[in-house]
Order: sequence, then structure tokens, then C-alpha cells
Amino acid sequence: MDKRLERILPRVQKPARYVGGEYNAVMKNKDEVDTRIAFCFPDTYEIGMSNLGMRILYGVMNNIPGVWCERVFAPWGDMEEEMRKAGMPLFALESGEPITNFDMVAFSVGYEMAFPAILNMLDLAGIPLHSAERTALTPLVFAGGTAMYNAEPMADFLDLVSLGEGEDLTVEIVELHRKARREGWTKQEFLREAAKLPGVYVPSLYDVSYNDDGTVKEIVARDGAPKVVTKRIVQDMDKAYFPVKTIVPSTEIVQDRVTLELFRGCIRGCRFCQAGYVYRPVRNRSRELCAKYCIASCDDSGYQEVTLSSLSTSDYPPLTDLCDDLEEFCAARHVNLSLPSLRADNFSMNLMQRLAKGRKSGLTFAPEAGTQRLRDVINKNVTLDDLLESCRTAFAGGYSAVKLYFMLGLPTETDEDVLGIADIAARVMHTWRESATNKNRGVRITVSTSWFVPKPHTAFQWEPQISKEEYERRVKLLREAITTKTVTYNWHDSDTSFLEAVLARGDRRLCKVMETAWRKGAKLDAWEEYFSLDRWLEAFEECGLDPHFYANRVREKDELMPWSMISSGVTEEYLWREHEKAYEGITTPDCRTHCNGCGANKMVGGKCDV
Amino acid sequence: MSKLRLLFVKEAQASYISHLDLLRTIQRAFPRAGLNISHSQGYHPHPIISIVLPLPVGQSSDCELLDFEVTQETDGRGIADKLNVGMPCGLRVLDCYEAKRPVKELAFLQAELEMEYDSGVPEGAAEKLRELFARDALIIQKRTKRKELADVDIAPMIKEISFTEKEGVICADVTVQAQNPGLNPALLEKAIIKYLPECAPNFVRVRRKRMLDANGEDFR
Repeated sequence: MDKRLERILPRVQKPARYVGGEYNAVMKNKDEVDTRIAFCFPDTYEIGMSNLGMRILYGVMNNIPGVWCERVFAPWGDMEEEMRKAGMPLFALESGEPITNFDMVAFSVGYEMAFPAILNMLDLAGIPLHSAERTALTPLVFAGGTAMYNAEPMADFLDLVSLGEGEDLTVEIVELHRKARREGWTKQEFLREAAKLPGVYVPSLYDVSYNDDGTVKEIVARDGAPKVVTKRIVQDMDKAYFPVKTIVPSTEIVQDRVTLELFRGCIRGCRFCQAGYVYRPVRNRSRELCAKYCIASCDDSGYQEVTLSSLSTSDYPPLTDLCDDLEEFCAARHVNLSLPSLRADNFSMNLMQRLAKGRKSGLTFAPEAGTQRLRDVINKNVTLDDLLESCRTAFAGGYSAVKLYFMLGLPTETDEDVLGIADIAARVMHTWRESATNKNRGVRITVSTSWFVPKPHTAFQWEPQISKEEYERRVKLLREAITTKTVTYNWHDSDTSFLEAVLARGDRRLCKVMETAWRKGAKLDAWEEYFSLDRWLEAFEECGLDPHFYANRVREKDELMPWSMISSGVTEEYLWREHEKAYEGITTPDCRTHCNGCGANKMVGGKCDV
Repeated sequence: MSKLRLLFVKEAQASYISHLDLLRTIQRAFPRAGLNISHSQGYHPHPIISIVLPLPVGQSSDCELLDFEVTQETDGRGIADKLNVGMPCGLRVLDCYEAKRPVKELAFLQAELEMEYDSGVPEGAAEKLRELFARDALIIQKRTKRKELADVDIAPMIKEISFTEKEGVICADVTVQAQNPGLNPALLEKAIIKYLPECAPNFVRVRRKRMLDANGEDFR
């Protein structure tokens, strides 16, 4: 072990996250590999190791002969300080070596608030921040993940962006880069070739000009780069790589269990939900394979908890059958199955009986809005009766805690909608009184509201975020309307949601703001401990840009969006149609009921696997 | 149902695994070795597994002991090899056998402290250290479980101690009380800082070498 590291570790919190050596971490002989990849997650170990995409691509890359892919996470503040003091560059967990001279540095970026951590990690690694400053072919800095559907605020720093699901595309990028190194291409030559790979977006090959009002005037693709880059997907989930043999961290992480991915995509079409649009179309993994992977993963990892994961797990057609298939195994091995969140309209007694048998803590439902009118606007096709019926089932089955998630500031929201949330909580309380089997245990109802952040590639991408003052007024309105003691109300901090709204739909002029904010100390901004809006407001001021222009402005139908060169497969016409239907309060049925023609079906040859 | 004991090494990266994380880590290794750990009865069954003498984070050990119960009938033979296939770096099982001796018979702990001096070992440091640890009382401040500072005399808890000097390093071979109350050998550094600040090392590496019973024989 590095002597400097050995001296630092006793002084930092949770040192186990900085040493690697976990079961199933991939070790290779560096003399036998020709490609070193630093696979970075711009957040802490506990968060990054909980990410399924990270585990999949780690396996995929390490399965390429001659390639050694190692993990890198953002150090917590105390560790960063110690590393900088000791002059220790950012290192990879497997080899313990600095990543400065690795061939490729890849980032998995799931959320906008992680952007500053990317800059901080590059800096800690001693790698120049700007793509233009990195003139050599190595290290190549690239990124993928959901936040990259609008990569513009990071355009200056990334050499290329890998769009959509990375199982195939990552391998193509790695192989092309390997070829470029072998044949001595320049970085420019490589980037021009890479731009020809479907799903690769090379920001430097696109020139963006602006109108006087600050909106994007034109985006011009150069040097043969495609005008529009469409995301990549895995065609057949039964042939997709699944990390059965995966790293078991020796220290507790956030999702410390087997994550079994049942399907990708979502049939629902909630109009605010970016994941619901960009992960289309729906592709199921077969029940047989899911069961096989579940057992094999538990056998290998020793985990005793399995999350049946997807965007909306209760929509997996053979869900109860799958639970039945696994029942015997789970009982014999003390394995618990859990679901990430539930839809209130198809949670059944059948399903409940198959979940956690002993411990019945709480269930989570996300009605998202307080009235049927507003739920129709956002196309969350759940009714109050659905919700109460699900709660009744849960309470009757012995559950004594329910969490309800809502958003404030959704398009067209009125005070009536806000107060509707309090009404729902009261009715859930009433339902508990009617149906609870054991009233002595009491009930805990938790209402949580977040501040709606309009996201690119959704039906609400044209929408403004409401002002901070208005958001806080609605929080207060709701807080005062919730009078029952058994109902706890939590609301999300407004500053982070505001910045998220700015970055989510930002253009490349934000790169300058990003760098300025980072120089002022922005790093782990997904963490309240480190986030400061003032720092960002100063950065905007210094760069002569207005954050409200990005967050709070109504965008017109014909406005050219900064992310227009990126396609999720869903057409902009469809998004606009959904946008208009929202204002008319007309719902769109789920994809299983009938195809609504979003365009994503073209990615799987015309017919989705719903 | 068998009551078993593991003897294992914890070093390098694994020395940073905390007590609770170590329990989780080893517990997950059992099914990989085909072992079915027994669970407590009741509404929230938990696996029956315990570490005989938890090792402070950052220290290494050649002699960690862990007790557990499995539903199978076994005397433990062959289990060490099976477990070693699925262990993280720095954890290595040396032996697995039926747990016969009660933990209360564990009396002493032998440890080695490697004290590093970046600008060389101070003149006569080894001799001064010998004299220091020959004193009848060595009072240091220690955090209690209630997070308050309390004065503790560590001298009576040190059974034997010797010092040898190598290049830039002084090695202390120390035998301390293991329990009721036990002494964390790392606290010796505190005494040095307090009484012999000129001999305070820049860094101390601690490694448990042996667990001993009251007669000074290996406790297994």
C-alpha cells in the first residue's frame, strides 16, 4: 500500500472506501494489458458502488481482453484535503495508481449536480480540465449516463459523450481508441472517427451560435459529425450482459444488495419524467433469466436482499410468478425481495404477500400531485381510489408506515392542488383507522414534496420552474394545511432544485459558470454539506449570465433547444403533443394499452416488447 | 448445528474494514462456501456470529477469532480453504475448528508496534522508552463510551514490553491485558506523546501477533 495513503487513512472518515481489494474487484497484470481505463463516478464510493450501470460497464470493459478498467470515486472533503496536502493525485482503487496517465478516463453521470465533481476529479488527477487543452490522444475524457442527454454545460470539458445504454457502444469506443493509439492517430483524427459511431456525440465538432435574446440560434455539425446523434440501446435484454459476479463492497453502501434489473423503459409516460422518456422503449428480461440471475447473484455475493429493479417494477408482467419462482430459494437462504417503489394502481394483496415476509416496515407510493386534475395534466394515471385501496391492502396486511411523494410547482398547479396533498394524507390516515389490523402500533404517514425541475427530452422541457418565492409559499401553504400529528411533512431544499433546473436545460455558455463555481469551491454539490447557491450566483454574475434565463423562462414551441443534436428516440413532435395534451388535461394511455407513436419503437424494429 | 471458530489474518486493505462491516463481509462469504449460518429465533432473525475481540480500524492482526454457528454438522475441517476463495484482499482464514474454549479464558494480547521516525530515531530513544514503560503509573486521557475524556492508568495493563531499534524504526513488542479491561496497544503512543514528546514517532503501525490465556499459552 502507498505509504502516503497509509498515513492519511487513520485521519479520514470511512477509510475502507479508499483502499479497494473487495471481493470480485478485477485485478489484472498491467504488463499484459494495453488499455488502462479509469472508470469514474462523480460522487462518493457509497453512491457510485450502488449504481447498477457502473457495475454493468465495469464488467463489460473488463471482459475485453487487454483492457483493465478500474474504479475511481470522488473523495469526501476530508480525504480530498489530505490528498492535496500530501500531493497525492486521484488514484484508481484496483491498482492504487494515479489515473493521470491512463489511456481513457470515463465518467458515469446520472445527475446534473454531479457536474462539478467531474471537474474536481480531473483536477485532483492532474488532468487539464478543458478538452482543448488536452491535445494528446490520451487520456481521453468521456462520459455517459442519463445526465448526458444534455451534455452542453459540460461540453468544454468532455472529449466525447456516449449516449444511451453503454453495453455495446462503450466497447466500440474503447476498441476505436485502441486502434487510434496503435496506429498513431491524432486526437482530432480519433474524434472525427468516433463521431461516426452511432451514439457518440463529440461536442467540439458542433458550433453553437446564439440570438441576441440569449436563445440558441443555430447548431452546426462539422467534419462529418451527424446533425443528430441518437442514443444506443440494448436490443434484447435476454442477451444483455448482467453482472452476476459483481463486487461486494467490504463497507456498507447505499444500495447494499443484489440489484436485479427486470426490464428497461417504462410503459407509463408520466410527462415530467425524463427516465420515462429516455429509457424507451420497454424491453423485458424473461422471467426464467431473472430467476436464474437472482439465484446466481445471491450465491456468488452472499447478499440476502434483492431489489427487483426497474422504473416501475409492478408493471413487470410476470412479477408475481417470478416471486413464486424464487420463494423456495429465498426461504431457504433467508433472502428478502424488495421493490424500489410501487404504483398505487396495481399493488395487490398477491404481491404484498410475496414481499418481505417478516419485517413489514413501510411502503412508498408516489401520487406526485394532489388532485385528479393535476394528475391528469402530468399523466400520472393513478386515482385517489387506487391509492386508498392500495393503502387499505397494506394496512390490512400489517404495514404501519406509508410514504407519499409529491411534487410542487408542476405546470398549471393551483392552491387547490397543493391543498389536495394535505387532503390525501388525511384520507390515508382515515383509511388506516378503518383497515388497520393492529391499531396499537400506530401509523406513520410521511408526505414528501420536491420542487419540480423541468428536464430536457420530456413533455415539460418548455416549462418554466416556478420562482423560489412561489415554491416557498406553496410549501408554507401545505405545511399549515397538514394538521394531523401522525403525518410528517418533509420538503426538499429549494436552492439545489433551482440550480438543478438551471443546469438541466443549460447551454454551453454554462461551462464557464461551471468552471468559475468550481474554482470558488463547488465540488460535491449533490451533498447539502458542500452545496452553496451563493457560490453559483456569484459565478453567474461574473460570467454575465442570468440563471433565471435557464430555470424560469417559458420556452416557445419553435425555440431551438441547446440539446437539439441529441435524440432519445422519442420525437420532439411527440413531446410537444404530450405538452399540449397536458394543458388540455387529456391523459395518454400506457404503452401496453396501445401504442401512442412516440417514435422509440423504431429502435427495436417497429414493435415494442410491452 | 455446530459451533465453530475461525482463526484469520486481517491486514493490508482489510485492516480498514470496521467491526460491523467485517461481520457483514464474513457473513456474506459463508454462503459462497456452502455454509448455512444459524439464525436467532424470533420475529427478526439475525445470524449468530461474533468477533471475539474486535480489532481497532487500521490495525492488522495475525490472530483474529470469530465465533459462529452453522446448521450443518461439521468439525470445521476444509472450511478455511473454501472461505478463502471468496474473501476480500487482506482477509485470510488460517483455520476453522469447533469452538471449545470459552472466550473468558482469553487474557492477554501480544502486539507489535512499528514506530516510524521520518528524520531518524532520536538519540537514545529506545532506552528512554524502556525507562518510561518501567514506571508504575502511566496516566493518559482516553475517551469513554460516553464520549467524555477520562484519566486511565495504562501501566498495570501492560504485562510485558520490549523495544528494538531498526533503521528509522523502533519496534515495540508488547503484551497487554485483552479484556476486563483491555488495553488498545495503540494507546502506548499517547503515553509517549505525553511523557516523552521528543521520542514521539511520526507514524505507528500496530499488528496483533497472538491471543494468550492466563498462562501465556495461545488462546485458540
